[in-house]
Amino acid sequence: MQDFSGEFFDAFKLVAALDPTLLEVVGLSLRVSLCAVVIAAMVGLPLGAFLAVARFPGRGAAVILLNSLMGLPPVVVGLAVYLMLSNAGPLGVLQLLYTPGAMIIAQALLVTPIVAALTRQTVEDMRGEYAEYLATLGTGPFAMVATLLVDARYSLLTALLAGFGRAIAEVGAVIIVGGNINHVTRVMTTTIALETSKGNLAMAMGLGMVLIAIAVSINAVLMSLRSAATNAAYG
Amino acid sequence: MKRRYFLSALGAAFAVMAAQFAGTLQGPAEAADQFIIVQSTTSTQNSGLLDYILPKFTEKSGIEVRVVAVGTGQAIKNAANGDGDVLLVHAKPAEEKFVANGDGVKRFDLMYNDFVIVGPESDPAGIVGSSDVVNALKKIAAAKAPFASRGDDSGTHKKEKALWKEAGIDPAAASGAWYRETGSGMGATLNAAVGMDAYTLTDRATWISFKNKASFEIAVQGDDKLFNQYGVILVNPKKHENVKAEAGQAFIDWLLSEEGQALIASYKVDGQQLFFPNAEKM
Amino acid sequence: MLDRPRSPQEPANVVAPRPVPAERVPAHALPSDPVLPLSARGLVFARAGRRLIDDIDFTLEGAGITLIMGHNGAGKSLLLRLLAGLVEPDAGTVTWNGRAPDRARATRVGFVFQKPVLLRRSALGNVVHALKCAGVKRAERKLRAHEALQRARLAPLAGVPARLMSGGEQQRLALARALALRPRVLMLDEPTASLDPTSVAHIEALALEAVRAGTRILFVGHDLAQARRLADEVVFMHSGRIAERTPAATFFDNPQSPLAARFLAGDLLLDEDRKLKREEETTP
Repeated sequence: MQDFSGEFFDAFKLVAALDPTLLEVVGLSLRVSLCAVVIAAMVGLPLGAFLAVARFPGRGAAVILLNSLMGLPPVVVGLAVYLMLSNAGPLGVLQLLYTPGAMIIAQALLVTPIVAALTRQTVEDMRGEYAEYLATLGTGPFAMVATLLVDARYSLLTALLAGFGRAIAEVGAVIIVGGNINHVTRVMTTTIALETSKGNLAMAMGLGMVLIAIAVSINAVLMSLRSAATNAAYG
Repeated sequence: MKRRYFLSALGAAFAVMAAQFAGTLQGPAEAADQFIIVQSTTSTQNSGLLDYILPKFTEKSGIEVRVVAVGTGQAIKNAANGDGDVLLVHAKPAEEKFVANGDGVKRFDLMYNDFVIVGPESDPAGIVGSSDVVNALKKIAAAKAPFASRGDDSGTHKKEKALWKEAGIDPAAASGAWYRETGSGMGATLNAAVGMDAYTLTDRATWISFKNKASFEIAVQGDDKLFNQYGVILVNPKKHENVKAEAGQAFIDWLLSEEGQALIASYKVDGQQLFFPNAEKM
Repeated sequence: MLDRPRSPQEPANVVAPRPVPAERVPAHALPSDPVLPLSARGLVFARAGRRLIDDIDFTLEGAGITLIMGHNGAGKSLLLRLLAGLVEPDAGTVTWNGRAPDRARATRVGFVFQKPVLLRRSALGNVVHALKCAGVKRAERKLRAHEALQRARLAPLAGVPARLMSGGEQQRLALARALALRPRVLMLDEPTASLDPTSVAHIEALALEAVRAGTRILFVGHDLAQARRLADEVVFMHSGRIAERTPAATFFDNPQSPLAARFLAGDLLLDEDRKLKREEETTP
């Protein structure tokens, strides 16, 4: 058996030493996942709020569909994006395959349903509270969505964090559309997969711990920001 | 007011990300003057060979080489979709079919190594030390000793299936029993084999550089049938218009050149040579 | 608070609107009035087989404060919501100056709920939001919002998150927010039900000030003392119907309906009241 603990701590030594390759990988992970979450937020927040506010035939089915899409398998999304972006696919001309752009697209597709579904739940709860008051103002659906999104902002942060967690931890989609190319599309999770396939289990585990530590820090920072701001805005 | 700070912090974060996104989209293209995509197998990457030789090519030519390392089957399919400039794999019949279909220009022998069967120290099938792979497989089947198969249509998997056929055994009949198809890459399959004390067929390069050997050792080696030939092919620019033919051909020429071949030969792990160049002299 | 002119006594006319002396008709109650006369015809609202509003005809015009009284479950709050266009009747019509309520005129009818609905924003933000919904130009919003808070003596709390304010402050904010839109009609649904005496006085003062500025007020309440302080006329409801509609002075001293008389005498109709309460709790 290999010297597990030694290699395990090697991963942390890389962090402590600010190993440039590791930093590059971590940086790309953050960039890709944050961009994906931003895109998912731009689509998912209004979409979820719209579903919470609008009443139309088939809305129930749409909500069920959206909730189910939260569990989209990353591999399937990766494959679908690969088929679209492949040179043999309809969007091949964009030449995005095996670039971070492709990874962002795949992760945005994974995260959008999560953001939208959680937004719908949050906004619908708040809608119950606000609907009658907003009706006294003659508020139309768009103004209602805008009001609810603004007022639910701190709760919606949780939806975005859930989406970010999904994106940063996901490997199935980015490895297919990114190709795990060294210095180009290699992120934390694909590095972990690679180290595992090389049999470097301790190193892989160490990198996994680094990934978790990063996710925890980001959550901690945002949540403390949120609670400071929430204390000031809610009662 | 705290809320203002929060919102402006959020706004700033969004702005930074938007800039990042823009940078992400064009960033890679700026990283080198020019780049090519090589669809290759996990063995060339996991063994560290490509990490060893590619920087020297980039330094010389200014062409960055981006490697997508997947199973041979998937690499060939990706290349057939035009998603790559060069194909570097190890399954000669499939490669020849790739060229015959018009997806590739021409196939060149690049290098070889060999496959080995590795297994647990306990050696339940009693095959350690054998150099007759067909007989060894028969013994494994007879003993119903666990055997981990790649099961992913990779070069190694194709080789394994050919060997079973030669042994006159249909292991698929025992699938789920002693014959276990992992459907994964070489490394993952080795991890699985170690985990369940199963024999498995692996290329020697991956095995030597594999770090999670536990008590496993090579059981069968040295049979001519275990020969493992790697080939390199330029994806056909006539069929796939995005192929960077010039840069791709430059990479192939370099691999086949004396310099490239010597570099392949000089790559060693733990003092052992992993790949043996055998390109025809040009 | 009691020094403003009372409307002259008139003969009891149970359901029909009461004529209002010309000198009390505010200047902006012209034929082009956005809301008045506010009228209901044959209004019915039923749930689970019970008519919670049972064929009500009602017209609101003129000026002053009309207090709607009655037992729990009599249908007071529901009638208010129907008249405000917040709830669709099962039968009958509500019209604002001849036309059905519409979104464009919604902000001309203010509404304050028993439990204030405040946005998760500052006091100022709440008023600004309402002004924005009412189509007030961006440049004017802050100014008007500050004015409204000033009138409600909430100016020092402008930057405080609304949901951190006390119950009394929250209700005052809700009222200030409604008044900032300069509504033609203001509907108050038991706005002081759970407030301390000081807060109640604040709310009442604001309501009377609004009436002086020409706003017509419909006020749902239980409190007889408060009704005496505020009401120009009283509508007494029972079991989804209007039992009587009388000028305030007449109502308190000489109610026209036996039901109202018993109500004023403190006869809480104990058995029936309990039954109604139970039913009210099970219906929204």
